[in-house]
Amino acid sequence: MELGEEIAQRTAFGQALVELGAEKPNMLVLDADVGPSTQTHLFGRAYPDRFIEVGIAEQNMVGIAAGLSTLGFVPWISTFAVFMTKRAGDQIRNSIAHPKANVKINGAYGGLPTGRAGATHSAIEDLAVMRAMPNMIIMDPADPREAAVCARLAMEIEGPVYLRTVRCPVPVIFPEHHKVEIGKAVKLHEGKDVAIISSGMMTPRALKAAEILEGQGVSARLLHMPTIKPIDIEAICDAAESIGAIVTVENHSIIGGLGGAVCEVVAEYAPCRVKRLGFPDVFLESGDDEVLFSRYSLDIAGIVSVAKALAEGGKKNK
Amino acid sequence: MAHEHDVGFLESVAHQIRTLIIDTAHTAGAGHTGGSLSEVEILTALYFSFLNVDPECPDWNERDRFILSKGHASLGYYVTLALKGYFPTDNLKTFDREDSTLQAHPDMHKCKGVDYSTGSLGQGLSIGVGIALGGLKKNQQFKTVVLLGDGECQEGQVWEAAMFAGSKHIPKLIAIVDYNKVQLSNKVDENLSLEPFAIKWEAFGWNVLSADGHNIADLLSVLSRASALSARGPVVIIANTIKGKGVSFMEGKYEWHGKAPNDQEYTAAKKELGSK
Repeated sequence: MELGEEIAQRTAFGQALVELGAEKPNMLVLDADVGPSTQTHLFGRAYPDRFIEVGIAEQNMVGIAAGLSTLGFVPWISTFAVFMTKRAGDQIRNSIAHPKANVKINGAYGGLPTGRAGATHSAIEDLAVMRAMPNMIIMDPADPREAAVCARLAMEIEGPVYLRTVRCPVPVIFPEHHKVEIGKAVKLHEGKDVAIISSGMMTPRALKAAEILEGQGVSARLLHMPTIKPIDIEAICDAAESIGAIVTVENHSIIGGLGGAVCEVVAEYAPCRVKRLGFPDVFLESGDDEVLFSRYSLDIAGIVSVAKALAEGGKKNK
Repeated sequence: MAHEHDVGFLESVAHQIRTLIIDTAHTAGAGHTGGSLSEVEILTALYFSFLNVDPECPDWNERDRFILSKGHASLGYYVTLALKGYFPTDNLKTFDREDSTLQAHPDMHKCKGVDYSTGSLGQGLSIGVGIALGGLKKNQQFKTVVLLGDGECQEGQVWEAAMFAGSKHIPKLIAIVDYNKVQLSNKVDENLSLEPFAIKWEAFGWNVLSADGHNIADLLSVLSRASALSARGPVVIIANTIKGKGVSFMEGKYEWHGKAPNDQEYTAAKKELGSK
């Protein structure tokens, strides 16, 4: 894994499971007929005795994992985030979150990139749903490296973890020994004119945007949030107080995800202007990932333009 | 006491459970009385004869596991656990109250002896399948028993779990359906019939047995057959029961699904139970 190399995050996640499986004999992986898509089939090939194919039955998958966890197994359940968090949402809530089951959840195909599958398969609200559940830790890794780091970190936590992964290639931005701390932002760029707060696969492009903005005379602080819950309240408040204008960037609805979390913090502790970039309460459609992302300013040019406008004019609303 | 097969003794335990259900519901002014009364003999046969459990060591690794998938019938479950010795019967007075270990629906982190938290219907069988599968993977010998409500079997997840367990021949897994024929708002048949019920389970790959769910001797004999059959794959016992069993004015009435007796009803119920 080289810096700048584009690797599908799902593949990095699948390979990380294989590595973890070698170290942790009590780790199991369950999938609901989408292993070749979520890449958990890699684990299945490496450890056929520890891979459980449940068929297209997400609700049952959640319950089986809950039961297995009572015997000291650490099960990963894996399917598309859109089905995981809604089809099996009640099961995650009542069989995992409330009993604090030590089950790890892979929400695959997070957000828009679903291989042109469109509205029914695009998880635009998975973070919102999961964020409202007590006991749930939520990770939204930026790059292939961080997806692997988060998978490892999830195994160190006793209790439920939701780890979102995306289908498409994402450039590696973190070096080999990158570490993630629960509830801690990663500052990737320093600046004073505008703060960009991003998560997941939006972070690599937000980083490019921050570099471009610098060339245009706009100094942007970039905070990446590897964990959406708990969120780094201190880093958000510091950005709000010292900069006073925040753009959030996420591969998710602007309702209830990273943007929602940042607004909650800012409104309660350090009011300032926040512009949320994400899907504006719409269902997505099939088509090319990048064409669709650009419609919502979730490409590099879009982030640059929105952040610049906010840096130049946004603060007057303060 | 754990393996007491004296039917007379078990019948006296069942009577005690039934009486305490009425007492507890009345004290709390809450509880699912009808479905708690229908499961009394099933729970008695399980906890006072069939299940290999030890209330002194509720987390004993080799214990048989029990999941009350129809979690709303916690009243009957808690009374049974208390009489079995998991906690003092005095605790029953706190049922459904603020800060009680005895929540309206069983909470494994609050109540001793509860193997898994339940409440949202349809989820317990999947959990039981996971536990049985885990036991198989670890080469453990315990049995897993899941008690389902009949109305609950209208949930799709029950059949996902049934399909999985049946097709994978999961051993040492016994489901019991408390087939009291009445759900919250109506008779089961009139809301959404389960029939032909036994054929459905069979088609999903289960061995199907039926029992008179209020006859301790029959339950013990069927449980024993189920245990033997479960060596090769999952077994379901369809236990024919009566909702509200033991109190004439509660029997077969959906109105008693989620209701506790008032003072007058309490006195009448106690009189009926006392005369036995």
